Amino acid sequence: MTVSALILEAVSKRFQETGGPQVEALTDLSVQVKPGVITGLLGPDGAGKTTLMRLATGLLAPDHGRVAVFGVDTQRETHRIPALIGYMPQRFGLYEDLSVQENLNLYADLQGLAPAARAARYDELLRMTALGPFGTRRAGDLSGGMKQKLGLACALLRTPPLLLLDEPTVGVDPISRRELWAMIQDLLRSKVTVIISTAYLDEAERCDDLIVLHEGKLLGQGSPEMLRAPLAGRSFLVQAADGGRRRLRQQLAGRAGVIDAQVQAEAVRVITAAGSAVQPEDGEHWETVPPRFEDAFIALLHRHPAAAHKTESSLPPSPLAPADITREPVILVRELRRFFGHFEAVKGISFQVAAGEIFGLLGANGAGKTTAFRMLCGLLPPSSGVLRVAGTDVRSARATARARIGYVSQKFSLYGNLSVAQNLRFFASAYGLQGTRHVARLRWAEEEFDLGPYRDANAGELPLGFKQRLALACALLHEPRILFLDEPTSGVDPLARREFWVRINRLAEDGVTVMITTHFMEEAEYCDHLVLMSLGEILAAGTPTEVRRLAQSTGHPHPTMEDAFITLIESHEAQNRRAS
Amino acid sequence: MKIQRLRGLVRKELLQIGRDPSAIAIALILPVFLLLLFGYGVSLNARHVPIALVTGHPSPQTASLFGGFDQSPYFDPRPYNSIVTARRALVRHQVDAIVWLRGDFSRRLLAGRDAAIGVFVNGVDANNARLLEGYTQGVWSSWSQEQAPGAALTAPVTVEDRVWFNPALRSRNYLVPGLIAIIMTLIGALLTALVVAREWERGTMEALMATPVSMGEILLSKLIPYFALGMGGMALSVSMAIWLFAVPLRGSVLVLFSAAAVFLFAALGMGLLISTVAKNQFVASMIAIVATFLPAFILSGFIFDVNSMPAPIRLLTHIIAARYFVAMLQTIFGAGDVWPVVLANGAALVLMAAFFLGLTWRLSRKRLD
Repeated sequence: MTVSALILEAVSKRFQETGGPQVEALTDLSVQVKPGVITGLLGPDGAGKTTLMRLATGLLAPDHGRVAVFGVDTQRETHRIPALIGYMPQRFGLYEDLSVQENLNLYADLQGLAPAARAARYDELLRMTALGPFGTRRAGDLSGGMKQKLGLACALLRTPPLLLLDEPTVGVDPISRRELWAMIQDLLRSKVTVIISTAYLDEAERCDDLIVLHEGKLLGQGSPEMLRAPLAGRSFLVQAADGGRRRLRQQLAGRAGVIDAQVQAEAVRVITAAGSAVQPEDGEHWETVPPRFEDAFIALLHRHPAAAHKTESSLPPSPLAPADITREPVILVRELRRFFGHFEAVKGISFQVAAGEIFGLLGANGAGKTTAFRMLCGLLPPSSGVLRVAGTDVRSARATARARIGYVSQKFSLYGNLSVAQNLRFFASAYGLQGTRHVARLRWAEEEFDLGPYRDANAGELPLGFKQRLALACALLHEPRILFLDEPTSGVDPLARREFWVRINRLAEDGVTVMITTHFMEEAEYCDHLVLMSLGEILAAGTPTEVRRLAQSTGHPHPTMEDAFITLIESHEAQNRRAS
Repeated sequence: MKIQRLRGLVRKELLQIGRDPSAIAIALILPVFLLLLFGYGVSLNARHVPIALVTGHPSPQTASLFGGFDQSPYFDPRPYNSIVTARRALVRHQVDAIVWLRGDFSRRLLAGRDAAIGVFVNGVDANNARLLEGYTQGVWSSWSQEQAPGAALTAPVTVEDRVWFNPALRSRNYLVPGLIAIIMTLIGALLTALVVAREWERGTMEALMATPVSMGEILLSKLIPYFALGMGGMALSVSMAIWLFAVPLRGSVLVLFSAAAVFLFAALGMGLLISTVAKNQFVASMIAIVATFLPAFILSGFIFDVNSMPAPIRLLTHIIAARYFVAMLQTIFGAGDVWPVVLANGAALVLMAAFFLGLTWRLSRKRLD
């Protein structure tokens, strides 16, 4: 009989928040992790993923129950655990002011790697991570993807029997994610057991075994195939002859027997409840499709009553007929450039956005999308070019333009020490709302975003999903015509992300123009139009379908948005290298 | 304890110190800055004090007395026509004191009668007022000796001369050694208060703990480089004291630096303790300043004499490590290796160092909760 790589037996763990209530991170959890495979740890925010990882490292002690790594109890024989594990915490554990090589040296010293064995191991790891040319660069100057690879290399110096990776792919672009997964799959050959927690559901498909957690409890464990099996015949792609996919999605989401409806390519992906047959309506074309893991995950969470999130059915219906929308572009960008010294971060990009559109700005780290975004919001003056937002020239009248836009930054810009109500009041005053409008908008924000129960909680202590809601509420208080969202869903769990998109769709239907940057390629599907940026240039522009078609080839007839993204960026970067 | 791990950690710490100029700034630039600021700026002696000179009836006698004030380095005299305008100037802080010679001053003086001088001192700053009082008396008594060398003044003038006329050097001689103690408190606590908190804040502590490294090794790796840096700051401060401020060092260098080493362990221990508890750089630096620097400044006897404090406060000064170090430094610089002082205070510092380092050791567990 083989020994499990990790065993949790009836483990409970509580945390006492300073001045707050006790939080039960894990409740009576029992799981086993098989050796020699990749086990994925999945669950929304606050499911207990990080707590489980830390219990496995022995850095946390369970309140009840027992945790053992390869049969070694993490509490009774704590000193033996470090030799058994390699651990990469969420922020990679790198020293940013040390170079790549110095980080490796430090961890080699700490893990007791013999000096004689080092040169060969460094070589191997640097080749695997393609970090070789960057040996003298400081870790802080590396891109997110490179930091993540270096973090992995540091955890792998001694080839640990069990490798623990806590959300290694958060905030990392698709190309780096793909490379990381290739590296992880390679590790299996050297008999390393891998536990990886992730918020990206498509990554679940790459694992051999999955542990699905929710609010500290086990929802399910098994291979992706096993977890998908009950969903056979319950996943559909629905197309309507008339009307847009967004409207169709909204109609489907409200229908009885439908658990989930999400835009996918030209169609809407629908999951139905077990045992309920949904009758297609006139003009709809339903096609049964093989279930993905994501479908299974949503279905699992739905079975769990506590997980029932607010869905469209509980939201007040939005007027489906959009208000009189002018066809004039709301955002007009011509030959926009931005230099930082001699470095050209944005190289003369042009595009336009119509009113009521959801417009996506996509690109890998360092593609120039944040720079472009900041110029659009009037936060950064452009070096040259035309930039009109809501009919105002941003370059000459930034203040006027700003009054018409709402902005949610990546870090949400909330006051962590102020309560939800105080944050709302502050932003209302900052936008100059007065009298009855002030009162009315505050009430609107609380109701629309369900913030009532959290009124007096400090913004800093909210779950990420609620922080995101509050940030959105603050940005919408002055009823802007244009909403700018900079990676609003980064790190937010799948359920909260869905809910967020429902809101964004409703806003677009009400005629608000939404400009968004995102790392999640599936979210690009929600956009009406998008541009794909790389190295400061626009590589592709158009509807999601048009962009996906660019990557079509005989070998790859149905590329996903992620395939398109990677194909386009790789060929562009290859061209650039040839040119230089 | 494994030497390979410890060496790796110390090397990492040294690299970080080299890359991040703030640690070097705290250890080497801060002492220079503070010593220059306090050495030149803070003096318990009054110099160039603006005073008003008023006379109702100018005469050779008044002129010669006022000449005495003119020549004194302590005063910056300004003539006023009437006592009314001079008083107004005093109230408005344009002058700090008034010397008033009445109209009949010369007449009474020449007649050999009691010639009174009116002296008004602004008492808002009590300390300064007392100094001014003394200085004016000094000018007046030396002038009166010149006027009538034979005429016996009953007061023992010579004794007063020393008190009032030669304080400048002495004030710096005991201020600068005290200041070194304050600087070392700040360096010791601030340097280490940030470094452990930084590891927590940047998430590197978690990664460190998952390796076979022990907490003792982590703490030692923080102590060793910052101890070296702190001793460097000490050497710099002592050099400045001796060669820039010409403070005589009467004791031995060995005793001086041994005392500094013991004190530095106590200060670094306080810093590490703060850092271990706070886990947040901003909070840690605030605590370091409020809990170590300010009490050291006020309660160490560096400026304010401990013996003149009320009893409860005096009791409180016993838990201020800087107090013992100030006493040692002032003695070693001013008086020499006075063993009873050195040993008693040194023992207190050893106790405090053991307490802070021991408590830090107890509190740092290889755990995240």
